[in-house]
Amino acid sequence: MKALVSVKRVVDYNVRIQVKSDGSGVVTDGVKHSMNPFDEIAMEEAVRLKEKGKITEIIAVTIGGAKGEETLRTALAFGADRAIHIKDDGEIQPLTAAKALAAAMKKEDAKVLLCGKQAIDDDANQTAQMVASLLDIAQATFASKVEIDGDKATVVREVDAGLETLEVDLPAVISADLRLNEPRYLKLPDIMKAKKKPIETVSLGDLGVTLAAGLKTTKTAPPPSRSKGVMVKTVDELVDALKAKGLL
Amino acid sequence: MSKILIIAEHAEGKLNAGVSKTVAAAKGIGGDIHIAVLAADPAGVAAEAAKLDGVAKVITVANPANANPVAAVLAPQIVELAKDGYSHVLFPGGTFGKDLAPRVAAKLDVHQVSDIMAVHSATSFDRPTYAGNAITTVEAPAGIIVATVRLASFTAVGAGNSAAVEAATVSATLPSHTRYVKLEAQKSERPDLQSAARVVSGGRALGSSENFKVVYDFADKIGAGVGASRAAVDSGYVPNDMQVGQTGKIIAPELYFAVGISGAIQHLAGIKDARTIVAINKDPEAPIFEVADFGLVGDLFQVLPEMTSKL
Ligand SMILES: Cc1cc2nc3c(=O)[nH]c(=O)nc-3n(C[C@H](O)[C@H](O)[C@H](O)COP(=O)(O)OP(=O)(O)OC[C@H]3O[C@@H](n4cnc5c(N)ncnc54)[C@H](O)[C@@H]3O)c2cc1C
Ligand SMILES: Cc1cc2nc3c(=O)[nH]c(=O)nc-3n(C[C@H](O)[C@H](O)[C@H](O)COP(=O)(O)OP(=O)(O)OC[C@H]3O[C@@H](n4cnc5c(N)ncnc54)[C@H](O)[C@@H]3O)c2cc1C
Repeated sequence: MKALVSVKRVVDYNVRIQVKSDGSGVVTDGVKHSMNPFDEIAMEEAVRLKEKGKITEIIAVTIGGAKGEETLRTALAFGADRAIHIKDDGEIQPLTAAKALAAAMKKEDAKVLLCGKQAIDDDANQTAQMVASLLDIAQATFASKVEIDGDKATVVREVDAGLETLEVDLPAVISADLRLNEPRYLKLPDIMKAKKKPIETVSLGDLGVTLAAGLKTTKTAPPPSRSKGVMVKTVDELVDALKAKGLL
Repeated sequence: MSKILIIAEHAEGKLNAGVSKTVAAAKGIGGDIHIAVLAADPAGVAAEAAKLDGVAKVITVANPANANPVAAVLAPQIVELAKDGYSHVLFPGGTFGKDLAPRVAAKLDVHQVSDIMAVHSATSFDRPTYAGNAITTVEAPAGIIVATVRLASFTAVGAGNSAAVEAATVSATLPSHTRYVKLEAQKSERPDLQSAARVVSGGRALGSSENFKVVYDFADKIGAGVGASRAAVDSGYVPNDMQVGQTGKIIAPELYFAVGISGAIQHLAGIKDARTIVAINKDPEAPIFEVADFGLVGDLFQVLPEMTSKL
């Protein structure tokens, strides 16, 4: 049983984001990038499922420009068997990414797509659900526990009200939340081994996906900044200050 | 003119408070506002929805299959409803809407706008990216607009209306590949995190679930809801539904206390709209002090009990 894992290259989560002064976007040149943290979790889950014998092959997929190869190498070091680079230098919005991933699912006849619940750059939180919708298959988003048993998966989901459990038939799309697992630390031999694993390059066109007009970003601005407040020295001072403002 | 369909989130026969805030966003767009209630027995929820100011009509779809919020089951029905000339389909932006909206958007073959935080026109919206560190203004292309609404950015509308309630039947075939098993909900007597006027959150510094008692005691004293940082949740001190931040809940209380929380950008993403932020931390260099309106350097295990006793 094959599993696809989508991995996206994003600005590293430790980077302090700077919005360009002309409002055209955020500074990404010369800034550290890494695999979307939620995709690392999805990748780790795939590897654990393979170790448990639930899946037999892991295929990492990315959609984007040439530098996406670094992210695929990371996925291969985690334990993906091979990778597909859907190369495109254009603007890949979630619906386009989803169409490409849906096509890849079909082409590979994969039984499960594991992805991050959101990418930490655009924070869209759409792609997984869109893939499931396009393929008319089950989705289990925001997963904090995944169990695969034959052609079914039982998934515990982190929802606003608590923890929800769904049972889904495979094929299905599962999106990873933070507490699904703790991704392993990559070791040098794995990183070396990953260099020899195969990466297939295809275009969106090869998969029958065309770039449709999407959302247009007309402006990017920093959030309104909070002015620095006051430091108080004692509990009494704090209580008085809050009372003076009518807050307590 | 716009014709807007809002999908009602509800549980145990009660309308979710986020729906009212979604109506506020719809009023910003302007036009006819309808609310759809998909449920096993929608009457009670529909009656609540009909009271919301600005709503012209409530549409109910009764079906035993709608007893639980399963996106794969709800989406085909919403797609059918949406085809009745709607220009916008809006969802409250909690996990319910986040799970469901993209499933609807993809079926309609349109891109989705996630987390609307401001409305400029019927097609132009602000939304947060990079954990709220860059606000982008997006223009949606022609066609139906599917969007989720960032609830912390909008104020609930009044509830003095009495809109018409109409039953609808939809013929969509519903999938059987997804089965709802159960929900383990945390029952709490405290105010709901997302609507509380006051919230006290504890971080890794609390050290254990027993120690969280100092946070609960203080919160109860001031009638506050209780939240937590990811570190506190991951360490098992409190359940996941208490997490505040980029990947937890986005909240906008009048008063927020961050106690033993360092102030990572992912945590701050959840509290950007808090009116007043108070930070209590023993490290004077903690980044939380850069955004706090009031900061107190000290040991929380001394400060909190003292606050509790002095109020
Ligand atoms: C130059 C440029 C300009 C852009 N401008 C815009 C813009 O104006 N507006 C806009 O909305 N978007 C724009 N994008 C696209 C944007 O960067 C995202 O790729 C897209 O919006 C997907 O959103 P997301 O990653 O937040 O999706 P999410 O739905 O949050 O992603 C969830 C998961 O889906 C998978 N996934 C998503 N995308 C990919 C991918 N490319 N490869 C592999 N897996 C993936 C990952 O597993 C990810 O964790 C632009 C991209 C480029 C390169
Ligand atoms: C993709 C991603 C998403 C994330 N999403 C979220 C999210 O949604 N929400 C979130 O919160 N985090 C999130 N995080 C994690 C975030 O980066 C931080 O790791 C986390 O917020 C740290 O929690 P903390 O402040 O409790 O712990 P720490 O950073 O360890 O801070 C503890 C603080 O307590 C202080 N302290 C210690 N002892 C005392 C004492 N006795 N009295 C007073 N102060 C004391 C310390 O000085 C320190 O400042 C995310 C991370 C990633 C990578």
